Amino acid sequence: MIKFTLNGRTVETDAPATARLLDLLRDEFELIGTKEGCGEGECGACSVFVNNLLQNSCLIPIGSIAGADIQTIEGIIETEQFKILDESYSIAGGVQCGYCIPGMIMASAALLSKNPHPSEDEIREGISGNLCRCTGYNMIVEAINLAAKKGDGLW
Amino acid sequence: MNLKNISTSVPKKDHKGKVSGQLPYISDVKVENMVYGVLYRSPIAYGKIISIQLPTLPEGYEAVGAEHIPGPNYVKIIKEDQPIFANEWVNYIGEPILMLTGKDLDILYSLLNEVKVEFEEHQAIYTLDEAIKQKSVSSVLANYEFGESLENISAIEQGAHQIIEEEYDTGYQEHVYLEPQGMLAVYKDDEIIVQGSMQCLYYIKNALLSALACGDDEVRVVQSPTGGGFGGKEDYPSMMACHVAVAARAVKKSVMLVFDRSEDMLVTTKRHPAKLKYRTALDKEGNILSMCVDIFLDGGANVGLSSVVLQRALINSAGVYKIPHFHAKGYVLKTNTVPNGAFRGFGAPQSFAGIESHIGHLSKLAKIDPLEYKRKYLVKQGDPTITKGKFRDPILVEEMIEDVLNVSEYKKKKEDFQRLNQQNQRYKKGIGTSLFLHGCGFTGSGERDHIKATVKLVKSKDDQVSLKISNSDMGQGILTTLCKIVAKELDLPFEDILYPYPDTKEVPDSGPTVASRTTMIVGKLLERAAKKLKNQWQTGVEQEIVEHYVHREMIPWDEKTFTGDAYPAYSWGVNIVEVEVDTLTGNIKLEKVYGNYEVGKVIDERIMKGQIDGGLAQGLAYGYLEKMTSKQGRIQQKSISDYGPPTSLDVVSIESKVFDNPYADGPYGAKGAGELTLIGGAPAVQAAIEDALQTSFQQIPITPEVIIESLWMKEGEEG
Ligand code: FES
Ligand code: FES
Repeated sequence: MIKFTLNGRTVETDAPATARLLDLLRDEFELIGTKEGCGEGECGACSVFVNNLLQNSCLIPIGSIAGADIQTIEGIIETEQFKILDESYSIAGGVQCGYCIPGMIMASAALLSKNPHPSEDEIREGISGNLCRCTGYNMIVEAINLAAKKGDGLW
Repeated sequence: MNLKNISTSVPKKDHKGKVSGQLPYISDVKVENMVYGVLYRSPIAYGKIISIQLPTLPEGYEAVGAEHIPGPNYVKIIKEDQPIFANEWVNYIGEPILMLTGKDLDILYSLLNEVKVEFEEHQAIYTLDEAIKQKSVSSVLANYEFGESLENISAIEQGAHQIIEEEYDTGYQEHVYLEPQGMLAVYKDDEIIVQGSMQCLYYIKNALLSALACGDDEVRVVQSPTGGGFGGKEDYPSMMACHVAVAARAVKKSVMLVFDRSEDMLVTTKRHPAKLKYRTALDKEGNILSMCVDIFLDGGANVGLSSVVLQRALINSAGVYKIPHFHAKGYVLKTNTVPNGAFRGFGAPQSFAGIESHIGHLSKLAKIDPLEYKRKYLVKQGDPTITKGKFRDPILVEEMIEDVLNVSEYKKKKEDFQRLNQQNQRYKKGIGTSLFLHGCGFTGSGERDHIKATVKLVKSKDDQVSLKISNSDMGQGILTTLCKIVAKELDLPFEDILYPYPDTKEVPDSGPTVASRTTMIVGKLLERAAKKLKNQWQTGVEQEIVEHYVHREMIPWDEKTFTGDAYPAYSWGVNIVEVEVDTLTGNIKLEKVYGNYEVGKVIDERIMKGQIDGGLAQGLAYGYLEKMTSKQGRIQQKSISDYGPPTSLDVVSIESKVFDNPYADGPYGAKGAGELTLIGGAPAVQAAIEDALQTSFQQIPITPEVIIESLWMKEGEEG
């Protein structure tokens, strides 16, 4: 039995310690916002926060998260920060097929909470672990830039 | 919100569901009584199946193969050469032979390891070069030839000052849509519902009608939100749909087939590797007297859509130029490798990379700036096309070039870079251009003879209007753009127009979502339907309007002679790219990218910008970054990092502009835009690298290894 905090609630699971956090979130807790794009830590579609740090959930065996604080996109949807990101992505046109987007939002939030006023280069660096095949990134970079301005003081 | 100007951007219909992650893609779906399917695939490239031995299957686990297919054993596309489950011959590594189904994926994979198939192996053909060498004996899957007679050309060549021959190679390109392929067959006693990630609902439905040998009301195809397509979900999903539907019928359960990334990279279709040969006669000043182009495409193990890809490659073989005395021929050759298929641009990216490279090299011989040289040959309105069609509409390329020259300060940069490069031994800067077009809609008479699109608008009692069409939003934004067209025509708020994910039970066949046809062809039909609805509008009453495609005949296309108007209209583009090359490592850094485009009329500025940035990122990377290879019939890159699509650090911001040039047969004047934006990337990158290093390349991708090798050769020659 492994116990941890998921989006603010204490939860437990019987799944084997080697199971991937990604599968646990999607199958057992039905949190579909965390996507699988590669299963090898190369695309960032499965990004979650583990103790407030951005991590690829496809690389995390659940044995290693006992007692940890896990947050998925569903856990941040109600926050002010998410609302700002949502609006900025819409205005900048950062969303095409959408498959990378929950992971991108997590990466954006992680970046802005570390660095509320990132330069363009810092934004590119901050999302460099998240692959997007549709947008060519520029409109996502612009979205994050916009969110930094709109959310001044929030992060 | 009522729309004043069609081009003004609106919030996208699917934004909320996507940004929150709550819009379910196929892998997010679970249905009752659902099992997974996994495929046993051929481990050899070419051979005969002698026997198949299955392990003992636990309760609830079953095997499905060719014997379970009610209809003929092929995936209906164009030709009948692609088995659903290979049961006699296998033609490539990864070809599906049978499927195991059951609840637990781990158990399925371990069972898969115990399947034993005995083969009689035969000598395979692994590469395009081998296939070309053995062309007389190996299979030509398709071929065409057209243009000026070879006698005339050889007479011209005899009087020429010199004849330049070049060979040019392009590699595979992998789609890397971020959502891997996935398909689910929902089993019901009287109906199979196939849903998944797809571009072409009726391609799949027709393939299923054939495979299941069933009645029209026994299968239904529903599109799930699709996480990128780029052509990769044009032809391939038909095969997966046949797999899950046949299996669902056999095991009487719903069957889900989802690929992981490595399976997706190893076995799904890719952009055709190509060899292009140019033979050009020049006069003393370096002017072009005649040109012959031969194109060879590696079709992989079966023809699929390759014949149509070859057509587009050939139609674009002279680029945007009017070449005197032009002749072209092309072949799709069979190799025992993964079948190649549709990819954004559909044969045009290979052709434009080749012709832009060749013309660039000719300009060096003539000692004229490449762009100046290209401009001498630019087609103009009224000019014939190389297939004896006609460029009917105004062409703005000259204006677009002038503008981008100013914005990029091209001339000044050329000089600055030359000076800088003399001073800096290690880092060299270069600037390059590309000129390109894209024929909008199906090639030839496809719209008239094969597609015959139909659209429907349905108005409910509460006056909401729904689009009933079979086209897929795969990220390109048609849920939004097509609704805008209808909203504007009806003068209704954009929010009142609905476009549910299509289901063949509800929607007529408005054609596949391919060939930069959706906005121009389907959009126009919707515009007409909306006009009609407006005229007949009755508040509070249910109404339905149906519109059919009407072909405006121009010079009729004849596939046999390869003549006529290949496309009703063309979209145009100009790119300028600046790079810095590290001559020590061969690394290429993009520094600036510019793009001017003409797509008739933009339906949504922000969505267009998304197409420009995303298409260019793929096109640029095709030229220098993305490399996929196959060895002894096996794809060598099975992970994203092995392959190397661009990350946010590889791309720079793009200065782009779109020129207005409304097209009479497009909605609000719109033409196609989705594929155009990819095409100019690779040739512009190549030209920039050549400018930096003052050398020539005959291939893409130009990777650091290619650069280092060419620098060594150059040193060898000079030293
Ligand atoms: S799915 Fe985890 S990084 Fe790609
Ligand atoms: S929007 Fe499609 S991968 Fe990013």
